[in-house]
Amino acid sequence: MRTFLLVRAVLAVLAVMPAVAARAETPADFLRSFETAARQEQAGFAGFSAARGADFFNSTHGREWSCASCHTRNPATTGRHAKTEKPIAPLAPAANAERFAQADKVEKWFRRNCNDVLGRTCTSAEKGDVLTYLMSLR
Amino acid sequence: MNTTKRFCLILALAGVTVPAGMAVAGEHVYTISDPTYQAECASCHIAYPPRLLPARSWRALMSGLDKHFGTDASLDPPTAARIAAFLEQHAGRDRTGSSAPVLRITETRWFVHEHDEVPARVWNSPQVKSAANCTACHVDGDKGNFNEHGIRLPK
Repeated sequence: MRTFLLVRAVLAVLAVMPAVAARAETPADFLRSFETAARQEQAGFAGFSAARGADFFNSTHGREWSCASCHTRNPATTGRHAKTEKPIAPLAPAANAERFAQADKVEKWFRRNCNDVLGRTCTSAEKGDVLTYLMSLR
Repeated sequence: MNTTKRFCLILALAGVTVPAGMAVAGEHVYTISDPTYQAECASCHIAYPPRLLPARSWRALMSGLDKHFGTDASLDPPTAARIAAFLEQHAGRDRTGSSAPVLRITETRWFVHEHDEVPARVWNSPQVKSAANCTACHVDGDKGNFNEHGIRLPK
């Protein structure tokens, strides 16, 4: 009985492993998938720009908040939620290894925050510019 | 406000930190320990204790996450359903006496009563800014501990 349970436990762990491995991604992985999508969305797409990303990040887009309202103009440092004052861990991957490591989180936060800042979803080119900027920070 | 509470508030206002050891176990200490609730809701604000709102308030909140007090806090439906179940299971009694569900903890009669002796200068302090910022005074509020002895008012 005990051996049977052990075998079942090992099988259960093995079954979960590929899913876990597939979910862990790097910022460079996200950049590549944004690039693939940007090429499809935008004819004549000519690559991402950290400078354009920084400008996008620090600007308001016809609404009250910019990305920097919560993440600050130095996203390698701890931010603060513009409404609740709750500290927000650094966004730049160099300062926080948990950023841009999980596809579902990246999707969720771009969806929510682009909606708050721009009132629409972000294009893949915008996401790629911002990530290029964030990856340039040390 | 009872005598103990008044005493602690006076000490806190005088800048005296009341030792945590004085805390009465179980008093204003709430369950917030659901990993999904913590992971999803405690990014933008602390995990507010479910008991501080009745079930129908949580239901209303969880069905309007895409317009959550001026921000988009939308979740995928299975995650939202899991969190809603936890919140409703640990919700407080409905003592609001209001026909429409109260959506802000700060607008419940209970909250107003509990904070009736907090002076305006504390609310307006740059370290507080928002009544949603519980941990500005309730130092262990993010752990569900709102015991009077754990209150430290900003200078």
